[in-house]
Amino acid sequence: MLDLLNNFQLNSLMFLIPSLFMFCCGVYGFLTRRNMIAMLISLELMLNSVDMNFVVFNRFLCPGEMEGMFFTLFAIAIAAAETAVAIAIIINAYRIAKDIDVKDLTKMKF
Amino acid sequence: MDYSQFLAMKQEIGLLVVFLLVFLYDLFAPRYAVAGSDKKAVKGISTITVVLFALYTVYGFFCTVGDAQLVFGGMYSTTPVVATIKNILNVGVLIVLIQSMQWNASEPQIMRRAEFYELMLITLFGMYLMISARHFLLFVIGLEAASLPLAAMVAFDKNKYESHEAAVKYILTALFSSAIFMLGLSFVYGLTGTLYFDKIAEASVEGSGMLIVAMAFVMAGIGFKLSLVPFHLWTADVYQGAPTSVTSYLSVISKGATAFAFMVVMVQVFGQFYSAAWEWMLYGLIILTITVGNLFAIRQRNMKRFLAFSSVSQAGYIMLGVIGANDMSLAAMMFYILVYIFSNLAAFGVIQSIENKTGLVGMDSYRGLSKTNPRLAFAMMLAMFSLAGIPPFAGFFSKFFIFTGALNVGTTAMYVLVLIALINTIVSLYYYLLVVKAMYISDEECEIATFKSKCSERLALVITVGGIILLGIVSVVYNSLLVLTENPV
Repeated sequence: MLDLLNNFQLNSLMFLIPSLFMFCCGVYGFLTRRNMIAMLISLELMLNSVDMNFVVFNRFLCPGEMEGMFFTLFAIAIAAAETAVAIAIIINAYRIAKDIDVKDLTKMKF
Repeated sequence: MDYSQFLAMKQEIGLLVVFLLVFLYDLFAPRYAVAGSDKKAVKGISTITVVLFALYTVYGFFCTVGDAQLVFGGMYSTTPVVATIKNILNVGVLIVLIQSMQWNASEPQIMRRAEFYELMLITLFGMYLMISARHFLLFVIGLEAASLPLAAMVAFDKNKYESHEAAVKYILTALFSSAIFMLGLSFVYGLTGTLYFDKIAEASVEGSGMLIVAMAFVMAGIGFKLSLVPFHLWTADVYQGAPTSVTSYLSVISKGATAFAFMVVMVQVFGQFYSAAWEWMLYGLIILTITVGNLFAIRQRNMKRFLAFSSVSQAGYIMLGVIGANDMSLAAMMFYILVYIFSNLAAFGVIQSIENKTGLVGMDSYRGLSKTNPRLAFAMMLAMFSLAGIPPFAGFFSKFFIFTGALNVGTTAMYVLVLIALINTIVSLYYYLLVVKAMYISDEECEIATFKSKCSERLALVITVGGIILLGIVSVVYNSLLVLTENPV
């Protein structure tokens, strides 16, 4: 057991597969959830998995540079800004429609 | 650090100065109480913004960029072509600003019109960064700076339900598309180890299947913003629900800037080994975009929704300039965007002045418009003719040049593509003429009474109609664009 722990090597796949799983969860959640906040959470999941991808690629493939890390920092800030705007819009929509279910936002179609 | 690098960013700095002046004026200017409410509004901000932006637009044409410059470690680049694209966008934004003055003077809007102008200027700044970026970090920042404030602008009609529905649809699809786009970028980074456009092109090896997947994600992400067909579903709803000024901004400026950025990404990043792959993808997208956009436009009865589908199909025509990927099709694409700005904004100018007066946007209420408002009907007719591409007007020449540029490639596939585009032009003629028929031939009593449109609305219409007529006749414009793209220095 101790031997196994000593020889344990971090592998980029150990991070990439969870990250891809996170992204797929986000897509699934975005397509199936009907509550706008839940959809927003799914979107955050997708954006975070992208950030994780960048960090993992940077750490394992080009450890000498910091490009991926910097991209991640900016991406986190952008995701925060996106969420703020989206939440503001959802609150306004709630005030006028009294619900945050996307099924109610179907006045304009086809 | 070498601060003289900032001299390459003359246009960005000019725009930032305009933005800051408008912002400071909004902060410190005298306010007056709006009649019939307890709120206060800033005096004269519309005029100030339009005048400042007009001065800046003129400055943009005279500030020389000189040679191609690559500054900030190769992140930002500017060339005469890029500067010209920015100038074309400036002209469009100036017209949109003039058109929106009347709407901004209306009752609930007057208290927050300054914010509207500020948001609009900052989105334009984002588009500048997007066009000039030569590194994906700057590109993403520009893309988000261009699309996030737009979501707030779509939701600007606070009392109207449709505006909020449109904003929710816009922000959720925009976030989804940028997540897809960034996933593609992360794959590109993993495969090449860099995010600089030129270094990705150097590092990418031939025939990597994973890079094609990454490229497809990147294309899908930008395709959302351009509303190419499989990704166009948000377009009609957002265009219908948004305030008309924002709709015209979305359909013209946002689309033109993104089309150019799309071309830069495709040609510079994936142009070397993967041009065959993305050209075939784009080939399919163009056929779908033009056809589906046209077919859906036929059955629309709401003018804004109708123009939304028309702008979907116009995006397909703009993409013909990208797929050609030579000097001539680049010039043709710039000319197409310029002409599209004038024609579409003329149509939106008419819609907006009628909506400001009566609140009607249905195509049925335009029946017999030529009898009550002959000048507005005339402007609308010219816009429709130009969008459809009927000969003496600018739209014909822009379509002609963009088809010629695509045909210059010389392959059979390209001939087939142009043939499909031509057939679709005839289909589009049908639905553009439906509007003209409703205005001129239908002899019912018109719902819209004769009215005198405001000075600002008239000014915008004169500029756009002048553009539609003159750009077709005065060949200097296209020739100078062609000279510019042939001599990139």
